[in-house]
Amino acid sequence: MTDNLMRVQPIRNGTVIDHIKAGRGRKILDTLELIDKGTTITLLMHVPSKKNTSKDVIKIEDRELSESESQKLALLSPGAHVNIIRNFVVAEKNVAELPKSISDMALCSNVNCISNNERGARTTFNIINEDSLNIQCIYCGRKIAEDNIVFI
Amino acid sequence: MKHVVSISDLSKKQILSILKRAKELFPVAKGKKKSKSLDGKILATCFFEPSTRTRLSFETAMQRLGGTCIGFADPSATSHLKGETLVDGIKMVAGYADAVVLRHPQEGSARLASENSEVPLINGGDGAGQHPTQTLLDLFTINEEMKKLKGLNVGMLGDLRYGRTVHSLSHALAKFDNKLSFISPDSLSMPSYVTDDISCEWSSYNSINEVLKDLDVLYVTRIQKERFPDLEEYKKVASAYIINSDLLKNAKSNMRILHPLPRVTEISTDVDDTKHAAYFRQAFNGVPVRMALLEQLIGGSK
Repeated sequence: MTDNLMRVQPIRNGTVIDHIKAGRGRKILDTLELIDKGTTITLLMHVPSKKNTSKDVIKIEDRELSESESQKLALLSPGAHVNIIRNFVVAEKNVAELPKSISDMALCSNVNCISNNERGARTTFNIINEDSLNIQCIYCGRKIAEDNIVFI
Repeated sequence: MKHVVSISDLSKKQILSILKRAKELFPVAKGKKKSKSLDGKILATCFFEPSTRTRLSFETAMQRLGGTCIGFADPSATSHLKGETLVDGIKMVAGYADAVVLRHPQEGSARLASENSEVPLINGGDGAGQHPTQTLLDLFTINEEMKKLKGLNVGMLGDLRYGRTVHSLSHALAKFDNKLSFISPDSLSMPSYVTDDISCEWSSYNSINEVLKDLDVLYVTRIQKERFPDLEEYKKVASAYIINSDLLKNAKSNMRILHPLPRVTEISTDVDDTKHAAYFRQAFNGVPVRMALLEQLIGGSK
């Protein structure tokens, strides 16, 4: 990891997301809405990796990922490493693990689903396929493939 | 088993136990024997959209077992229009009754309601979603008519794309090792999200003639006009999927026709008097099946 992190300047404070599925980095930036937040972002794509053949890496300066952001990350790239950097040192290290279900993270694509119509209703989806992400609404049963997931 | 939201909430064993009890309750359902097994119990029927058969058969079932019913057949008479949420409404009704039957136009409403109900909640149909008691009565009817529930070749005809009854029934029949034959125009064929989950043998046809002689049961559904962008197309398709007594000459002599009703033109009235017609018995079977389910959910069984 150290070699790869040296490819660009190390950051003083912030988050380094490592071992992202190759090619997935841009989608993570978009979904987590990391861009245009006033912090410096570095995206490395297709970095040679020991674990996989290649990976993406994202460095976010002066910002630590929130719990809900880490959960979204887990959906988009399970197995990614979240390193919290404080004063150039890795202060925390977590592996993003795919949960069995997610609540209040995405919207159901069925417009007639009760979760889209009841005031104050929450959304919950079960993860039904881990390889190519597929989620299923626990209310109406609608299955949604990764490309069609609308995150909240 | 607390709530019954989807047929998949019930195990094979639970389904068979309901069918067995329904058979025992048949004379009570017919009014030939009396039962007080649900004496003093109250069933709330909350119908946020109209349904004659489901509501009336639940109310009959409850009253035949000595229980009583409260509820509404039309949401315009409730606080729903004042903006009350479903969850608030269910919490309130659950305090008044021993079980709740919910019919609601939105998918997933029954699951949400069950999360908020202290008493057993039965899904009486949620939009294009689930309608588990219909599936139970369909299974009961097949078992009664054919004297078995496995090893049958069951044809499903008509609107297989939007018809929720055929979706749930396909799942349930697959559990019991049957062969399914789906007969529909391409535009209304069984969706892959249903066939992907079916564990038994199945095949698709465009014409009933290809498969009729092999069928033990034919489940007919209504092709709805509103599914077609133009009327001519609807007429063409609908007329190609009509069952009449002439056509049935090629069917097995003990083949039975089921239909969730109401029917329009998809089964000619000349079929009604043939030995194949089982749909009116099927509609009645909703009563003993719902009785058996109510007994199991709100106690007082035996």
